[in-house]
Amino acid sequence: MMNYIWAGMIVLSFIAAIFTGNISELSSSVVTGASKAVELLISILGIICFWSGMMEVAKRSGLTDLLARMFSPVLRLLFPHIPKGSPAMKSMSLNISANLLGIGNAATPFGIEAMRELKRLHEDDDTASDDMVLFVVLNTASLQLIPTTVAAYRQSYGSNSPFDIMPAVWVTSLTALLIGVTAARTLSSLRIGKRDRKLKARAKAWN
Amino acid sequence: MELIIPLIIVFFIIFALIKKVKVFDAFLFGAKEGLYTVYTIAPTLVGLVAAVTMLSSSGVLDILAQLISPLAEKLGFPAEIVPVAVLRPISGGGSTALLVDILERFGPDSFVGRIVSVMAGATETTFYAVAVYFGSVGIKKIRHTLLCGLLADFTAVVFSVLTVRLFYS
Repeated sequence: MMNYIWAGMIVLSFIAAIFTGNISELSSSVVTGASKAVELLISILGIICFWSGMMEVAKRSGLTDLLARMFSPVLRLLFPHIPKGSPAMKSMSLNISANLLGIGNAATPFGIEAMRELKRLHEDDDTASDDMVLFVVLNTASLQLIPTTVAAYRQSYGSNSPFDIMPAVWVTSLTALLIGVTAARTLSSLRIGKRDRKLKARAKAWN
Repeated sequence: MELIIPLIIVFFIIFALIKKVKVFDAFLFGAKEGLYTVYTIAPTLVGLVAAVTMLSSSGVLDILAQLISPLAEKLGFPAEIVPVAVLRPISGGGSTALLVDILERFGPDSFVGRIVSVMAGATETTFYAVAVYFGSVGIKKIRHTLLCGLLADFTAVVFSVLTVRLFYS
């Protein structure tokens, strides 16, 4: 999937540049884009290192277990096959609590840890499991209690009440999250259905 | 608001001290793992950011916004929000630039200004999250992740217009 998307973006931008005449912009964007990525990596390096360190502190102190217990009822509904109190469950709960608090930079190392644990539980090498799909979808629809960054931009442009968008943000992100989760679970179960039918057909052929 | 992050850090440290954890040793161990994490996502990020930059410099995003605009107006979406909505799942930096531009031109408490604020607060850079999370564990076949993520983003666009219309007018 990523192979086609990535190739598509590059081919499409080349074709579009020919029609719009932005060839020179396109050619310089290759260099600026790649170095922009490196700048981004350097800017996140400190934060990711710092929060990975903090996560290790939280992990060794048993705080992770405490948080996992708080979120486990909701997460167990979403991930019924992940064992209670497992490392995957703990990392996922930390990721979600960091997301809720709006510390997205802290959520990323927790999320990557969760993906590693989910991969350990999944025997397939390069195909995403249902749980991985659902977990990444949870992360793409950010549920955030306090949208601090947006509020900061709003304030800098003279908003009377930069935080007054909060109720609308809650309703919007919760609805988006529910739609994303429902779609992920529906599509996952369709695939399982297909696999079951295939297995049954094969069993029939053997008999 | 500024208190939240320092508060979390201090809470982590004090809780660990109570539990007699060697906090700095633990921190160094975790930070080294963080370094490795960034190292593993670097190639993915370079490839994707370069491709997205090419996409926006070629003008294809502008063409896309122009194509969608008439339909958006018919559905009651202000045309100004379309470029933000299109760019939001692809590029966090790009959509932030567009958001700031709208806040400056229309004002943060205007109808359009509020819609883009809600949209930015309620969504995530879907392509980035997909690339980072799957890239970090070497998963190539992501199945329906992107479809569901983009469906959630589209829902967020629709609901940012609906909620702003309902709550603030």
